[in-house]
Amino acid sequence: MKTYFAYFKLSLMKNLQYKTAALAGMATQLFFGMIFIFIFEAFYQMAGPQPIAFKQLVQMVWLQQSLLAFIMLWYRDSELYNMITSGQIAYELVRPSKLYPFWYSKLLGQRLASAMLRFLPILIVASMLPQPYKLVLPDNPLTLMYFLITLTLGLLVVVGISMLIYISIFYTLSPAGSFLMIAVFGEFFAGMTIPIPLMPVFLQKICFVLPFRYSGDFPFRIYAGHIQGQEIIVGIMMQVLWLGILWIGGSYWMKRSLKKVVVQGG
Amino acid sequence: MIHVDQLTKSFKVTKRQNGMRETLKTFFKPQNEIITAVKDLSFHINPGEIVGYIGPNGAGKSTTIKMMCGILVPDSGHCLIDGKVPWKDRVEHVKNIGAVFGQRSQLWWDVPVLESFQMLKHIYKIEERTYKSQLDLLTKALDLKGILTTPVRQLSLGQRMRCEVAASLLHDPKILFLDEPTIGLDAVSKLAVRHFIKTINKEKNTSIILTTHDMSDIDALANRMMLIGRGQLLLDGCISDLKKTYFKTKKIIVDHGDHFEKLQLPGITHEIENKNRSIFSVPIQEKNVSEVIQNIAKNFDVIDLEVTNPDVESLVIDLYRKYKI
Repeated sequence: MKTYFAYFKLSLMKNLQYKTAALAGMATQLFFGMIFIFIFEAFYQMAGPQPIAFKQLVQMVWLQQSLLAFIMLWYRDSELYNMITSGQIAYELVRPSKLYPFWYSKLLGQRLASAMLRFLPILIVASMLPQPYKLVLPDNPLTLMYFLITLTLGLLVVVGISMLIYISIFYTLSPAGSFLMIAVFGEFFAGMTIPIPLMPVFLQKICFVLPFRYSGDFPFRIYAGHIQGQEIIVGIMMQVLWLGILWIGGSYWMKRSLKKVVVQGG
Repeated sequence: MIHVDQLTKSFKVTKRQNGMRETLKTFFKPQNEIITAVKDLSFHINPGEIVGYIGPNGAGKSTTIKMMCGILVPDSGHCLIDGKVPWKDRVEHVKNIGAVFGQRSQLWWDVPVLESFQMLKHIYKIEERTYKSQLDLLTKALDLKGILTTPVRQLSLGQRMRCEVAASLLHDPKILFLDEPTIGLDAVSKLAVRHFIKTINKEKNTSIILTTHDMSDIDALANRMMLIGRGQLLLDGCISDLKKTYFKTKKIIVDHGDHFEKLQLPGITHEIENKNRSIFSVPIQEKNVSEVIQNIAKNFDVIDLEVTNPDVESLVIDLYRKYKI
């Protein structure tokens, strides 16, 4: 465990160096946050009341933008896939660590570093905006606690999904296809294209079964007060269930692909 | 210590001819070829041995090393190292081995060398005291003092390679695999690395398996040589024995005053390169070299004389020719 923590720390430290990238990302995310909110505002004015209140939607948009590093599936680590395609993986395999937890902790460190650099400034700016565009704290501290728990579990689920993308590179030798497919498919079902409460019911049902929405949509809606009571407990159980499936399935798949791995390039 | 028995590994290689037509054809029907990299390989290595593992490019050297490191899984055959099957107990197995792949780097590119070492300390769970003493030893032996705080990307190749070797030995492994450790190094760095390998072998009784194309590496380090060609072990033996079997003649090069006649000595061939230089080939089993030299001194006005010892380089060239690899 200590070893994996060391991997995690190294990757965290390394990624905290990229300050300019963080600054640029912050500007982009503020801009996109505003655009999304304006689009939804226009939609709400034309279409009338919807299953989720506009104010709640605003909360979700800001959380989505500030914690993008926690939820986006297309967050790529060139180091890992270069390792596979160039054969550098030889050195990873002579280390006395299981590769699945090893890479998992690396990816986790990266996402945390990226989020740490961005989320606070965006939250501060968003909470200074005028009503109704403003980000506000939930009334109930219990809600905040549930939000933090589900957010953490959600992050673990996302890293579990992205591990599958990296393992698939053992077979495809190129990250482009897997990333594109899972990014388009996954983000739609995570409610990042259209918020899940605005989807038709049959699509919502599909979303509930798939793991994607448990990273962002679920904790964010808890924060916005749109998901309450028993639904939270059921959701947490789903998160834990998916986490188990992803970990066990991912480790197994990793083990199998390592049997077939070819160290590329001599 | 290391038992390898009937190890076989093959790879699937995709083939494609040049040109649009061929590209389209393989798009619908990919052409693959199975290439056997290693075939029925068997050998034993004892603790404390330094083994030079040689063969031409593509002979299967790196493949063997990777299988012994537990990175590649063979198609068939057995390998037992220190009681463990490398690819099955990979995590346990690699605790006892160190590996340097000369063409790759195990150090983190952007951080100072020392930080990479610290990371390895965590990875291998090396105790503070062991780590300190090992680091001291390595720093002294490989002369790393001035470069430990430099980021890896700013090191020269020779400096980096010395750090790579040090990195692979921090956890004091029982076996060290060196895959072309002197590739691209200048003479001084080469000597430093070689000297160090010898020291570590003597002091810690570390078994070392070394692949290289530089035969002087083998000459300087190894006492045993294994020759592999087309995936098969062709020769395995003590280097001095090999030299005895394969070198039957010594050459004596003589610079002398003007001389045009051939010297008639039984069993010895005399080539006249020009009027001031001759080369004699002496079959060492039949003739005594010093007698021949006396004879030459009598007949020539000798200015300079050199007896050349056969080196491993020419031995290997002969062997490559003999086995047509």
